[in-house]
Amino acid sequence: MGHRAVITGIGVTAPGGIGTKAFWNLLAEGRTATRTISFFDPAPFRSRVAAEIDFDPEAHGLGPQEIRRMDRGAQLAVVTAAEALADSGLEQGDLDPHRVGVTVGTAVGATMGLDQEYRVVSDGGRLDLVDHAYAVPHLYDYFVPSSFAKEVAWSTGAEGPATVVSTGCTSGLDAVGHAIELVRDGEVDVMIAGASDAPISPITVACFDAIKATTARNDDPEHASRPFDGSRNGFVLGEGSAMFVIESLERARRRGAHIYAEIAGFATRCNAFHMTGLRPDGREMAEAISRAMDEARTDPADVDYINAHGSGTKQNDRHETAAFKRSLGEHAYRAPVSSIKSMVGHSLGAIGSIEIAASALAIEYDLVPPTANLHTPDPECDLDYVPLTAREQRTDTVLTVGSGFGGFQSAMVLRSVA
Amino acid sequence: MKSVVITGTGVTAPNGLGKDDFWDATRAGRTGIGPVGRFDATGYPSTLAGEVPGFVARDHLPSRLIPQTDHMTRLALVAADWALADAGIVPSEWPEFGIGVMTASSSGGFEFGQGELKNLWSKGGQYVSAYQSFAWFYAVNSGQISIRNGLRGPGGVLVSDQAGGLDAVAQARRQIRKGGGLVLAGGVDGSICPWGWVAQIAGGRLSTDPDPGRAYRPFAADAAGHVPGEGGALLVMEEEDAARARGARIYGRVAGYGSTFDPHPDTGREPGLRRAAEIALRDAALRPSDIDVVFADAAAIPDLDRVEAEAINALFGPGGVPVTAPQTMTGRLNSGAGPLALSTALYAMRDGLIPPTLTRDPSPAYGLDLVRDTREAAMSTALVLARGQGGFNSAMVVATAEAPVAAPA
Amino acid sequence: MSEFTVEDLGRVLREAAGESEVAVGGDSLDTDFAEIGYDSIALLEAAGRIERQLGIQLDDETVGEATTPRLFLAVVNRQGSADAA
Repeated sequence: MGHRAVITGIGVTAPGGIGTKAFWNLLAEGRTATRTISFFDPAPFRSRVAAEIDFDPEAHGLGPQEIRRMDRGAQLAVVTAAEALADSGLEQGDLDPHRVGVTVGTAVGATMGLDQEYRVVSDGGRLDLVDHAYAVPHLYDYFVPSSFAKEVAWSTGAEGPATVVSTGCTSGLDAVGHAIELVRDGEVDVMIAGASDAPISPITVACFDAIKATTARNDDPEHASRPFDGSRNGFVLGEGSAMFVIESLERARRRGAHIYAEIAGFATRCNAFHMTGLRPDGREMAEAISRAMDEARTDPADVDYINAHGSGTKQNDRHETAAFKRSLGEHAYRAPVSSIKSMVGHSLGAIGSIEIAASALAIEYDLVPPTANLHTPDPECDLDYVPLTAREQRTDTVLTVGSGFGGFQSAMVLRSVA
Repeated sequence: MKSVVITGTGVTAPNGLGKDDFWDATRAGRTGIGPVGRFDATGYPSTLAGEVPGFVARDHLPSRLIPQTDHMTRLALVAADWALADAGIVPSEWPEFGIGVMTASSSGGFEFGQGELKNLWSKGGQYVSAYQSFAWFYAVNSGQISIRNGLRGPGGVLVSDQAGGLDAVAQARRQIRKGGGLVLAGGVDGSICPWGWVAQIAGGRLSTDPDPGRAYRPFAADAAGHVPGEGGALLVMEEEDAARARGARIYGRVAGYGSTFDPHPDTGREPGLRRAAEIALRDAALRPSDIDVVFADAAAIPDLDRVEAEAINALFGPGGVPVTAPQTMTGRLNSGAGPLALSTALYAMRDGLIPPTLTRDPSPAYGLDLVRDTREAAMSTALVLARGQGGFNSAMVVATAEAPVAAPA
Repeated sequence: MSEFTVEDLGRVLREAAGESEVAVGGDSLDTDFAEIGYDSIALLEAAGRIERQLGIQLDDETVGEATTPRLFLAVVNRQGSADAA
């Protein structure tokens, strides 16, 4: 490993407010942004709650052509990347475009656009041989989620390596993990990296209904996302994006950039167990955590805060509680653990990056965001989950983890840079 | 830097199911392109595809996997089995976290997705399958391959359209250099279903010519798009020292890689393909004159063919290197293309045979030494190029195990 | 509603999730579905099909707890008669 990779710019577009500031205020105040689905009539569905963003792409500088061409997930990524770049203080003119790369994580890509256009070309599901005459010219961009990386590259002027990372619900962690490797190896000067997902569409809601992964707590949408609580019964679908400017520590120091945190360790493992199920002992996630901590040369006792996956399914919250104990030993009982999905929902591939943003901001402000809606913990979830209220504390080292369909388990260590 | 080698290949391709059938057909110039058989395409402007012949999933996979998988995932699972067997790997004999999986995808299990979208919109949400939650998404092949074979090492999925397959192999090399072990890497792809067809027609790059012998004719003056195909390849990759220690047969070394993104087309600046190839050569510590053959991307769109020919000529000089595009016998396989081209390059170097490009009336104006009939040649290095729609460029250099190892960069 | 039999269950599971390692029937009535070769997703897919075919609603929790064919049949038949009432 050559260079040390640091975050010098953050952009977040998440439910409850647009921009990093609004996002952090929501978390710091422990407010929730979950509500009854408004994007379509959710009446026919089992789960009718989601964390939606009130997002007007035009107000964020996208032109009519771009809005037409881009799926909502791509729009979120482009707007969020612009915030991250502005926050970093880098101007496009300062950069050698050949030395700037892009990685965008997304779990389900342009699902909203595909769902909508399928209805058109199939005449509402009637035609097996769907009609090409009704296809919009940008349907190919919906077909391939790599269009997200294309749009971010175009909007930021990046001409280095560009790709989408799509490992389901760990995409947002894995995309940033991919980016730091390019920075460390010196293949690029700067990475624009993060993730975006806008999955709140009928097909996504229906497929999670079918496996009962989402909550049916429809009568109380504001309190529907209840990680670690004994009454939890599934996750709340969300949407959003977080993007980062990542560069080497030397480069950031040389230009006098503000440094949020170093991404000091990252690892991912497969559970090779089940496409949606988790082994109760958390073995593979624990392995990913241990390897990420090795890479960061961090001891369990150094971890000041664990930003959990905390999706609020029965299975997940116990799985990762077991993984924390297995990897951190006794320290698992001492380190505060929280799930921001209690407030912003679960935006599939995007949430890993949104959680990296929360982790970096926890270091920045020495404040641990809470787990909202946590009143009566599941007796099998017996760690300190920071219920309801954020906690002020010195925060230098944060562990953030993700777990997803396909069996992917990822862990990342962020650390303050003295 | 540690040398990373390929010790197993598993192939499912339109002109051959399994690496031996594929290579027999490819070296003999037998095409797998024909009228679409998987659905009635006669009402669409494009009617040809490269479909994997004789593939009966139930002959290769347990019944339990069939309802929960898209066609391309079944092809991928079988290619994975074959790649591991070819490398002599029994995963249960390896350390628990010792084998990873890194695949590329382009559009996921699109045919499966079409079926569930139809259920949703024609019958209602409660008719959507429980399997939809993972059978469509882009991570499905890595997940299913990991589960079927008990692979618990690092897992990953990259999506960069047709460049993605090379990116996945490069990422596997990075993982191995960083953490050792084995990685099963590559891509197997395909969206030959009406919904995928319409999306690709909208993309504007499909040939509408109904003649299988000339529909996909890269580097012809009147090239007019490509024929899509399905399939691809998975590769077993490991450290060279470890491979030698266990007595593995080594196909070749992943010697260099480069990846770039095109400037926005409005800038009018040169696209990034030449730069990707230069980076790959630098990474391999080779000069252009060291390269024995180029496996071209062969978009068969005149502007893109011109960009590729200019890139090759800028590096090698006009006619300075044999160039071939055996994907003219399979169609373009999207994320499966790069790994299949790498496999083909390895077989070509082993047998001293450059497989042909089945095109029609290639234009001499491109200045390429385009291999149109199988050519005997001693080779120890090959450059593979792949481009993804939108501006993705990747280039990879593979070398035989006997080729001299570059000095560490 | 006529009773939903073990043969019906075997058929729906085969359609939903493919052939199992052990036949669903008399000898396996009390065998864990995991041993028979059907995982949680297979059972959810089967439950969805049964709900649509019989026009009933199965309770998520009770389906999750029905780990053998006998328990699963009891859930379906109890719900079937409750919905008919």
